[in-house]
Amino acid sequence: MTNGIKLFSNWQLISLVILRVAVGWNFFYEGLAKLIDPDWTAMGYLLDSKWIFAGIFHSMASNPTVLSVVDFLNIWGLILVGLGLMLGLFTRLSAIGGMILLGFYYLSHPPLAGLGYIIPSEGNYLIVNKTLIEFFAIWIIYHFPTGREIGIDRFIFWKSVQK
Amino acid sequence: MEANNNKSKIGRRDMLRGLATVPFLGALLLAWWNKRRKDHYMNENIFSEIKVSTKAPESGPAVPKDKKIRLGIIGFGIRGEQLMRGAGFAVPEVIDEWQEGASTNSSDTRYEDFLQQEDLNIEVNGVCDVYDVHAERVLLASGNVNKKGSDANITPAAKRYRNYKDLIQADDIDAVIIATPDHWHARMAMDVALAGKHVYVEKGMTRTEDETYEMVDVIKKSGVCFQLGHQGRQTASYNKAREVIRENILGPITLIEVTTNRNSPNGAWQYEIDEGAGPHNIDWEQFTGYGPVRPFSLERFFRWRCWWDYGTGLSGDLLTHEYDAMNQILDLGIPHSVVSSGGIYYFKDGREVPDTFQVTCEYPERNLTFLYSATLASNRARGKSIMGHDANMEVGEMLTVWADYESTRFKEMIENGTIKADIPLFSFIPGRKKVDAVATATEKYFAGRGLLYTYRDGVRVDTTHLHIKEWLDCIRSGQQTSCNIDRGFEEAITAHMATISYRENRKVFWDPVNKRIV
Repeated sequence: MTNGIKLFSNWQLISLVILRVAVGWNFFYEGLAKLIDPDWTAMGYLLDSKWIFAGIFHSMASNPTVLSVVDFLNIWGLILVGLGLMLGLFTRLSAIGGMILLGFYYLSHPPLAGLGYIIPSEGNYLIVNKTLIEFFAIWIIYHFPTGREIGIDRFIFWKSVQK
Repeated sequence: MEANNNKSKIGRRDMLRGLATVPFLGALLLAWWNKRRKDHYMNENIFSEIKVSTKAPESGPAVPKDKKIRLGIIGFGIRGEQLMRGAGFAVPEVIDEWQEGASTNSSDTRYEDFLQQEDLNIEVNGVCDVYDVHAERVLLASGNVNKKGSDANITPAAKRYRNYKDLIQADDIDAVIIATPDHWHARMAMDVALAGKHVYVEKGMTRTEDETYEMVDVIKKSGVCFQLGHQGRQTASYNKAREVIRENILGPITLIEVTTNRNSPNGAWQYEIDEGAGPHNIDWEQFTGYGPVRPFSLERFFRWRCWWDYGTGLSGDLLTHEYDAMNQILDLGIPHSVVSSGGIYYFKDGREVPDTFQVTCEYPERNLTFLYSATLASNRARGKSIMGHDANMEVGEMLTVWADYESTRFKEMIENGTIKADIPLFSFIPGRKKVDAVATATEKYFAGRGLLYTYRDGVRVDTTHLHIKEWLDCIRSGQQTSCNIDRGFEEAITAHMATISYRENRKVFWDPVNKRIV
């Protein structure tokens, strides 16, 4: 991969890094905002789920123990993925974590024709929404682990960076 | 570090490349910190100005429930069933339905909520309903102390009384819930009080003006614990709204607008008529009571709200709820004058009461108008609004206050940007721990949709349950209920002024000296 990256121009590398930092920022802030709100819970969002997986998400919301685990994993998942992507720390692992989270968000609220949601309240998309786009953005980040070039992964994966 | 084992060392250039994105993290944290500080500062500023506590209203100290209270219930129609459930007794068939609902839909928590409802330490010893089918149902409910479905083969715990007068005299009954049609409320409440028993009666408190005075007199002299069935008294946001009014945050209030919007036959009182019902299982004579004698009519029996003989239509059924909410928040009392208008514009089913109804109540001493506007043929939700010069408030399950952009009081704060007129000054969502001045996008969205946070602890609290609980607490502690006979008097007179104005097509006034509607 490193070789692959080295084939890119500086601008190509910089734009990939900026994409990574931007997605990381988004994740990290979402996590922080939830962490400091004592009343935050995913319950409303889960209960609003529709389509074939709705039952799974509803059951997560209906059991208080499961819900507290979901809330905990969601908050810390967002924070860690955010930190990882921003700093280029375990970039690929962070990207996988981010894709899993986004996958859940997407599957719980797929923007299919005929399905309307209360949350988020910004209107309806058709199949492709911001969540899906961010998912693909992280997919790109996964395949171009720029953290090994610009990021803390450079030190962790020093050997592969060298040759 | 792995790098140490390597031939080449990490150089300055590598350090720069490796840590190049760290400043972004710093920038985010700095921006976040600034945002938090600004939000906090705005919160502090707003609350130091408006002095509303940021805490949710607290419930009072718990009353010991050591003494068992023995209940009787008269009337087991739609509302009677709801009241019995609020007291902790459900018909087994209903439990079956809830259990089935929960098994097919995990978000259907009706049964779970009911199981979690606080035990009130009561027993139901007497029931009375003029319709055999309802009487059988309430008998089963009375025995369902363990909240089971029909497979538990529940046997009745209460005795059925054919006539309510016998129920009232029973030695094993301390308190009576009355959930009959309105034309029976006053007579029964008085009889219960005269028998020395506590009364919970549904709204509208009375059907006519004259019986109101008599009833108030009897209840007051009897000294029994009286509660009128406006369960809205228990709504947390109404209590918070009262605090907002007390702190005079809205400034001079000139207009209160409350509404009813329904759009279904059921909402318009075209209730189901049971197929098997007839003169053989309905005691028509007792149903008619002291009212005019009419030929037996299933329509009149099941859809009694549509006739003046038994109720007062929108006045007694729904204006009273809206009025009582505002009376709770603003201590309105009886209006100086009332003008009503409306008509039967949609449900032309032979009914006598209007389906579209507007009531204007004037309070010149308070410099305000109370406006009630209702239709039974449109669901457009209009909420309850209290309009002041400095701010306006919308009260529902939650409460939201907006500053007025031409407010005198908030002028400076609007000019310096502390307060924005287009976002809520603050909102209170029951179930949340605090009141927020700086509404986040999520809160704004919830404010718009009125979605509840009361799920927070996994329990939906039923206000009817709380209202019955308050009555029982007051019976035990000797305190006053929140919807006592004085509040009931104001409710009943206001509703009758509205009804009289409509039926006689004139403006009516309250004579506070002679205490009469003129």
